[in-house]
Amino acid sequence: MSHPVIEAHNLGKRYRIRHQSSTHDRKLRHAVTRLFAQPWKIFAAAQAGKAEDFWALREVSLTVNEGAVLGIVGRNGAGKTTLLKLLSRITRPTEGRALLWGRVASLLEVGTGFHPELTGRENIFLNGSILGMTRAEVRKKFDAIVDFAGVENFIDTPVKRYSSGMYVRLAFAVAAHLEPEILLVDEVLAVGDLGFQRKCLGKMDEVAKGGRTVLFVSHNMASLRSLCQEGILLNDGQLVYSGSMESTIENYTNLYAAEAVGHTYQQQPAENPETKAELLAASICNAAGEPAATVNLTRPFSVAMTYRLNTAASHLIAVVEICDTVGTVVISTTDIDASDLHGKARPAGIYREKAFIPPLLLMPGAYSINAYVIIPKRERLVEQKQLLRFEIVDHDSHLSQITGVSRPGYISTPLQWEVNYAKS
Amino acid sequence: MISGPSSSQAKPDAPPEAVIQPQGSGLWAEFSELWRYRELFWTLMARSILVRYKQTLVGVLWALIRPLFTMIIFTLLFGQLAKFGEDPAAGEVPYFLLVFAGVLPWQLFSTSLTGSAGSVVANAGMVSKIYFPRTILPASACLTTLLDFLIAFALFIILMLGFGFMPSWRLVFLPGFLGIALLAAMGAGFWLSALNVHYRDIRHILPFMIQMMIYISPVGYLSSKVYGSTLPGYLKTLFILNPMVAVIDGFRWSLLGVPGALDPIAFAVSAGMVLLIFISGYLFFRKMMDTFADVI
Ligand SMILES: Nc1ncnc2c1ncn2[C@@H]1O[C@H](COP(=O)(O)OP(=O)(O)OP(=O)(O)O)[C@@H](O)[C@H]1O
Ligand SMILES: [Mg+2]
Repeated sequence: MSHPVIEAHNLGKRYRIRHQSSTHDRKLRHAVTRLFAQPWKIFAAAQAGKAEDFWALREVSLTVNEGAVLGIVGRNGAGKTTLLKLLSRITRPTEGRALLWGRVASLLEVGTGFHPELTGRENIFLNGSILGMTRAEVRKKFDAIVDFAGVENFIDTPVKRYSSGMYVRLAFAVAAHLEPEILLVDEVLAVGDLGFQRKCLGKMDEVAKGGRTVLFVSHNMASLRSLCQEGILLNDGQLVYSGSMESTIENYTNLYAAEAVGHTYQQQPAENPETKAELLAASICNAAGEPAATVNLTRPFSVAMTYRLNTAASHLIAVVEICDTVGTVVISTTDIDASDLHGKARPAGIYREKAFIPPLLLMPGAYSINAYVIIPKRERLVEQKQLLRFEIVDHDSHLSQITGVSRPGYISTPLQWEVNYAKS
Repeated sequence: MISGPSSSQAKPDAPPEAVIQPQGSGLWAEFSELWRYRELFWTLMARSILVRYKQTLVGVLWALIRPLFTMIIFTLLFGQLAKFGEDPAAGEVPYFLLVFAGVLPWQLFSTSLTGSAGSVVANAGMVSKIYFPRTILPASACLTTLLDFLIAFALFIILMLGFGFMPSWRLVFLPGFLGIALLAAMGAGFWLSALNVHYRDIRHILPFMIQMMIYISPVGYLSSKVYGSTLPGYLKTLFILNPMVAVIDGFRWSLLGVPGALDPIAFAVSAGMVLLIFISGYLFFRKMMDTFADVI
């Protein structure tokens, strides 16, 4: 019979985000003036100032049983690290309550709790005492830790001379070997090399088989699948799904699909426009001029945008940027590049524009579009990032046919070569 | 496995090891937790001692050089220039020994305070990544300086014996005065280390504060000089509010047996201040420590 080792009820954590303009609230001068003005508020002084409340985690209830390996997924900022921080008592919850049966070891970020000036050996003992172990207990585990981390030659070197991979190796080895009943591992293993990552997964599995509990945050679905049976999905600080790891991952990917942008964009014109310009429509069009999500590498395509100018403006330009999957701009083009519109005043009204992209310009792959209407150096009237998504496909295997393999790079334009041959 | 509040069917019989909740768990629970973490306390102390002497050229010598030079300069300044050396209250004790007896606890206090005021921020990496009772940081930083103190104290005893002064029965009270000095440093350290997390200005203010305090503390002169002076009464009252008055007077009294060194009223007031600073500092630190990891 396994029983719960973690029980959380409605855990919530509120942060105050201070806005840049009010960082001076942190200055002692202001605290001191407040202290004299309202001495009874001294304890609140640190929290006072212009700040916005923000719930990083809200109403999270969960029970984790002994021996479970729980995978935690969610996008950046979903509250995964915050949950682990609450469970490891690094910070206190704003509301709710959790009960833990067992000692917790956490591996939150690179170099957890290491002191840079101390050697690996000294740090192992330091961490042991943090986990509440005596020196004798740590000594028993010492060789296994060093062996697992593979840092024998550096064990008497200050850890500040370690590479970031070595740092994580040692940190993980310490956390996993000091026999905590609950092991919390945040996305840290990615720094280690492949061999070590595999070793860590194996170790976590072993830890769980030994009846201890592991909570594992990762963005690597493959390792989550191989390690965890159960998973939870956090989104915007809320626990939105829990179940088997497989279905958790499915729910996680669906989260993205639900809001993936398409290859067309449509917006009703405003009744009483408050902005100087508004984007009404945008789309990717194939060589035939029809909207399309995929375009052919060897055919031209175009990016169409329609915007309404509500007041006349001069020096206005429309810009289209094509970006790769991580958002790096690959090419940026404007409607004055190849027209006589430069510097001309544009009256109010609706503008339909099309940027033609020649064939064989960009490599096959997924791209996104940013669209702007701007007065350079002065004003951005329309600014739409990641507005459209589309894919360039190599239907006729044009590139790979030639070399037989897919090529790296951004640009697919065939270049002129000169080949001279001489018989040595 | 996810449950609403209703699903606590399979509660294990054992009480939970840790309860995570918005408020702290009370003083008693905190002290027993500190006791459980005593191993960490020693490790941290050993760590800072190691780190302190590891990369310094003269290492342990530093513990001697600083008090020795302070003593020499103050003896010249106050004893020779300001002619405080002819104080009848001093009896036949050479002036430099009187000064040294003041420099000893002063040095302990100021290094302890500096160390503990910076302790939380200096360990930001640990604070933001692992849990341990945060009070350990300023407290252990304070006690670390005891080693320096002992080294300087040994020098003092050698000088004292060399000049033919035998310690008397009053020496047994020295640990008490030492304790007061540490309490004062720790209390102020609690205040400043917690404030330092929010207001890094403390780092700039503290050296200045310590510099001022050495002059308003009876390090280079005897407290009796102040009591016997023509200063207005309220300044004399302010003077004895300084926690270091109790400590330094106590050191002079117990080490050198200077007859009029320990004024009972001044001692009580000053020691009371120490207690006040310590208790308020601890409570303040306790209030602030829960969110150190969020703001550090
Ligand atoms: N100390 C803090 N002060 C203010 N806001 C914070 C603090 N720590 C975290 N946050 C905010 O809380 C939210 C949740 O952060 P958290 O680190 O838990 O995300 P995460 O799910 O771990 O993301 P990632 O996948 O990027 O690691 C974020 O929006 C973050 O900006
Ligand atoms: Mg995180």
